[in-house]
Amino acid sequence: MSGRVGIVLVSHSASVAGAVAELARGLSGGGPSAPILPAGGTPDGGLGTSAELIAKAADAADEGAGVALLVDLGSAVLTVKALLAEGDELPEGARLIDAPFVEGAVAALVTASAGGDLDAVEAAAAEAYAYRKA
Amino acid sequence: MTEPTTPGTPEGPPAPGPVPGALDTAFFVRWLSAAAAAVDREADRLTELDSAIGDADHGANMRRGFAAVTAVLEKEPPPTPGAVLRAAGRQLISTVGGASGPLYGTLLRRTGKALGDEAAVSRERLAEALAAGVAAVSGLGGARPGDKTMLDALVPAAEALGESFDAAREAAERGALATVPLRARKGRASYLGERSVGHQDPGATSSALLVAALAEVSR
Repeated sequence: MSGRVGIVLVSHSASVAGAVAELARGLSGGGPSAPILPAGGTPDGGLGTSAELIAKAADAADEGAGVALLVDLGSAVLTVKALLAEGDELPEGARLIDAPFVEGAVAALVTASAGGDLDAVEAAAAEAYAYRKA
Repeated sequence: MTEPTTPGTPEGPPAPGPVPGALDTAFFVRWLSAAAAAVDREADRLTELDSAIGDADHGANMRRGFAAVTAVLEKEPPPTPGAVLRAAGRQLISTVGGASGPLYGTLLRRTGKALGDEAAVSRERLAEALAAGVAAVSGLGGARPGDKTMLDALVPAAEALGESFDAAREAAERGALATVPLRARKGRASYLGERSVGHQDPGATSSALLVAALAEVSR
């Protein structure tokens, strides 16, 4: 394995996916960032999930060390699961990460940028669930 | 559908050959075309049901997905029944845009995988394969019968298909109607809690349409 873990943010909304990617980049500190790509909404700009946009983003985020996919709701979860079940639609080492969308994206990007492997990225993103806010 | 009896040979088992009454590739293409026509015809009703308890896009999503299915089957007809269903499932996953895409896509792909690559299959084989497809849908979405989802139509339909096409159609329609008094436990409708009661589930309704299309082309 070479390169860093790539991250794909799958949201029903292009603006949400894009903004969370920007937020994660902004919060992950200086230095070169691991690839983080939004896959939000449908190709015509509507709300929904696009298998095509997800596959494209995953290919672009893939540096050979695996791709962590973070998702928001319902059909985003189901579409990524269905694509993974297809076998050849997503790059090898693509993985659906069970994590909160915003907090998970930040944790995943920090870990991936520091050179963490896919397991480390997954653990960091999932750990965000344990942080209670009230 | 009438199923002619296999002419037996007194000396032993019948020679291998096309099984009378078997469902071939053309049958499966006809099924999906009939399903696409039904979805197109009923799209407004599906969206109306979905506007009550969902996000009002089920009709449009299903219409887009099945139009893509018809287009790909016309352009490049797959060689076997299993291949027809796998190609259709793939189209649904990539084009629908809502949760019904991966769910129906998984249903057709897994059913197609279970059929393997035989040139024609019996209704009983299809019933078994459909049951495998339905189980995969349940695994993907984590729903069970009674949760007010497409499974409320599909689970009884797959069981009844072992008996006949018409029994499957009736079971799916009964299952879809039976979702009216249920409280949704999956998907967006589940956020509505008690307010989801009293509305027929759009996914169970579109499932009943697909099974009705199957019964229609079997005649």
